[in-house]
This record gives sequence, C-alpha cells and structure tokens, in this order.
Amino acid sequence: MSDRKDIELIADLVPPGSRVLDLGCGTGELLAHLRDTRQCTGYGIEIDDANVLACTQRGVDVIQLNLEDGLAIFEDQSFDVVLQLSTLQHLRNTERMLQETARVGRVGIVSFPNFAHWPNRLQIAAGRMPVTRVLPYQWYDTPNIRVGTFKDFEVLAGKNGLRVREAFGIQGGRVVRTFPNLLASVAVFKFDRG
Amino acid sequence: MHFAEPLPLKSGAALRDYTLVYETYGTLNAARDNAVLVCHALNASHHVAGTYDGQPKSEGWWDNLVGPGKPLDTTKFFVIGINNPGSCFGSTGPMQVDPSTDQPYGAHFPVVTVEDWVDAQARLLDRLGITQLAAVLGGSLGGMQALSWSLRHPDRLRHCIAVATAPNLSAQNIAFNEVARRAIVTDPDFHGGHFYAYGTVPKRGLRVARMIGHITYLSDDSMEAKFGRSLKGEAFGYSTQDIEFEIESYLRYQGDKFSDYFDANTYLLITRALDYFDPAGEHGGDLTAAFAKARCKFQLVSFTTDWRFSPARSREIVKALLDNHLSVSYAEIDAPHGHDAFLLDDSRYHALLKQRFANIAAEVRA
Repeated sequence: MSDRKDIELIADLVPPGSRVLDLGCGTGELLAHLRDTRQCTGYGIEIDDANVLACTQRGVDVIQLNLEDGLAIFEDQSFDVVLQLSTLQHLRNTERMLQETARVGRVGIVSFPNFAHWPNRLQIAAGRMPVTRVLPYQWYDTPNIRVGTFKDFEVLAGKNGLRVREAFGIQGGRVVRTFPNLLASVAVFKFDRG
Repeated sequence: MHFAEPLPLKSGAALRDYTLVYETYGTLNAARDNAVLVCHALNASHHVAGTYDGQPKSEGWWDNLVGPGKPLDTTKFFVIGINNPGSCFGSTGPMQVDPSTDQPYGAHFPVVTVEDWVDAQARLLDRLGITQLAAVLGGSLGGMQALSWSLRHPDRLRHCIAVATAPNLSAQNIAFNEVARRAIVTDPDFHGGHFYAYGTVPKRGLRVARMIGHITYLSDDSMEAKFGRSLKGEAFGYSTQDIEFEIESYLRYQGDKFSDYFDANTYLLITRALDYFDPAGEHGGDLTAAFAKARCKFQLVSFTTDWRFSPARSREIVKALLDNHLSVSYAEIDAPHGHDAFLLDDSRYHALLKQRFANIAAEVRA
C-alpha cells in the first residue's frame, strides 16, 4: 500500500482527529499523512527494523511487535480506527487478527489484494497462478500466504458478526464501486462490530 | 557540587551535607533547553563519555553513544552525567565520612532509592539553571531513573529514553541480587559493613557478586559463542579448584577487576535500590495508574536475548503508556548479547537512537 493515491483514498475513510492504530504500518507514510492532513494521533505496529527506523525518521510513533503474537497490549475499543492495510494476507492467523482489529478499534479498515481481479482470473484460467503488479510473486516465494477475494472477505466479515460500513475496490488509483470483485486489484473494507 | 540542605529520602531518613560529582559535555544553549541527563546503572558513574587528559584508556562508560557526531551528539546537546549518592565514584557514599559521627558511613549510609537519586539529580539541575531537560536517557537501572523522572518531575523532561529496563524486578532478579549481597555480607573481611576501619576489603564477596551479575548480563548464546566449553589447557586437569574452562577464567578475571575498584557497601545499596523500584507499587500494582501523571514522550528499547530485563518487561511499560494515550515508540532489537547489548554499538540500536535524538534536536532547535 505504498501508492500515494491509494493511501489518500484510504485516508479519506478516517475521520479527522481520530486516534489511529496502523497494523503493519511499513514506513509510517499513512500515519504521517493522517497526522499532517487530518490531525490524527496514534501508533504504528511494525516488525521490520528498517521500517521502524523509517517511522522514527517521519516522527511517527511505532511499536515493534510481531502481529502474529496478537494485540494483547491494546485494550478493547481503545482506538477510533484500526487500519490493517496490505497486511492481512501475510498473517497465518488471519481470522483472529480480524477479530482483534474489531476488538481494539471502534472501526476497522482493511485492504488486501483482490485475487478475483479479472487478470488473475485469466491467468488462472490459462492454468497458471497469477503474477501481476499487485501480486508480483511466484507461487513458491509469495509472502501472501492468505489469498482471498473481495467476496470472500464479505463472507468472513459476516461470519465474525462484523458490519461492513463501506466497501470498494481500488484500481489504478481510482475507487471502483461497480463489480469491484472483478474490476479492482485491491479490496478495501471499513467495518465495525455492528 | 556540595549541597548543604538535607536531601529527604523515601525511607524517611535524610542525607545531609552531601556532594555530587558530575560531568558535562557540549554546551548549554541560550534557551537552556538542549540538556540531556544520562543516568548510570549499577557499576558506572558520572564519567559517561570522552577520556581524561593523558589517560587514553579512560573512555566513559557510554562513549560509543555519547560524543561529537555520535547518536547523542554533544555538538548539539549539553549532556550531563551525575554520580548518584551512595555510589563510589566521588559523590557522597558509604566510604565517606558521616558528618554526624566523623567515621565513614559504612553500613550506616542511608538506604537510597531510584526516586531519591532522581530528586538529587533534579536539585543539581536546579543549580545549573536547567528547568526542563530535552531528554533523560538511561539503560537498565539508568532506565528506571529515566522512567522515574517522568513520574516525579513530569514537566521537567520532554523525552524519556529507557533502554533494557523493567517496571520492577522479578523474584528471579531479586534472587540474583540477594545471592550477590550474601556473598559480600558473609565475607569475613566485610565486618558488618565497617571494613574501612579494619583496613580490609571484602574482595572475595565482591568477586562472587560480580561473577553472578556477569552471568545475568550475557545471553546463553553469546556465552556459548564466546567461550563454549573451551579449556584453558590442552585437556582436563582433573582438579576441582583450578581454573579449567575459559568461562571460569573470564568470570574470575571480571570478579578480580571489579573487586579492585568497587565498594562493597555501594553494591548492597544499589542492588537494594533495584529491588525497591516499583512505581506501580503505590497504585496497587497498576502500572497504568502509575503512569497517569507522565507527560513526556517515550522511547523504549529492549533486546531479544536480554533475560535479565526481557522484552516482555519493556512491553509492560509500553502498555501502561498506551493506556494513558502517551506518545511512545518501542524498538525490540534482535541482538545476541543479552542485557549487555545496551552498552554495545549494535547498528540498528544506534541508528534508531541517533534518529530519535536528531528529532529531539530539531524540536529544541539545537
């Protein structure tokens, strides 16, 4: 989620002044953007040393933790918004992290590569696992160990009693609301516990 | 610096007529807001950085971190190191004369706490005309002082940087301290703490205390890598009292070195200060409640192989700060060296602190 345009589209979902937790915050770009343009406060969670340093360079508060270890240090509903952008697909325990996101945040926002985007479907139909700009890896070296679709997430959210407040795709830096499961390479969901 | 007015201590006693030695590096700016206090741990002192004239081997204990162009850059910051009362490097301590008896304090030196040290440091800063520190930095027991600063004088520091520290000692930590203390107290040369009058030094006790301490500063892996099962000789000597393994030799060397310069009563006092530190204690064990009065921004750092003050202990502090909606960053450095890592120059660790201090320098326009 390093594309500037994508970051702005997702930042638009965050109410100004929110207290934000960004799970897998990378270099802290989104948090810095939310701080500078929407007066948000908050923290990033990051495991990678270089990213932790990059966050410090931006003056973004970062807590070095492995998300696989859970979010036990965060109290229930202690953040206005918990973001989990392009992170969910790297985690072994995806469903639990989604539950934790909804526990810690009053609102959760997730994004992930939509496996059902039409070029992926074409490549699968041709008998190969897709390799695209959003999914640039080979099947044997991808860090995306959980590959789901826009529609799959709707099912998972429903199963966990989450109410989807907003859902759209992003393709080429634009919001896709028509057939996002087919036409968008990135899926975005904003949800709460209903 | 001499203080005529008594320092009230947490125990209810007071330290009267005392002296604190300190060193400074760099220049205090006109706004007097670029000062950084560096708090020392068990066996260190006010001599944080640099060397003394004509003594090339006299580097300060945190010389790899503090100095011109170093992560805590003394061309930007005015850095202060203070030897805590009760220590043995020049400030009033147990080997010095108690004005009420004209004898060395010895075992009568009042028990001092982390909070007492912080108050003593604050008084010294008053004299230097520093009302607010840009940061307080400390590792291990020094980190506890940095944390305590954020609670006792919340408006007198902008940043608290606490490395390889803990919100209190665990039973295991206290147990190690107690073994060390018993080694000292049961040394016949200790004479109940009044050995100065006997012209003895309880070196045997100090050696064992230091050996125990040293084991807890290193990780299992780093000890294995450094010594393994290496022998001093070619083969087993089938002795029970000679040095056979390299690790034995190393520990004895460390013990010998330490016993030559460190005061036995100081060791007892400082380990007790460690035992007592527990800011949550006054809040029914609730660390979040304890940090409710903190105002500054925090940076915590821990090291993955530190089993003396493990990352889990730092995360307890992080949680308390998060619960209070305070600004906190936390780095968990994957370093192999155990607790000692905080004194070493791991590049990730130093790069992070360098950046953090650069941010602070920008904040105070240093």
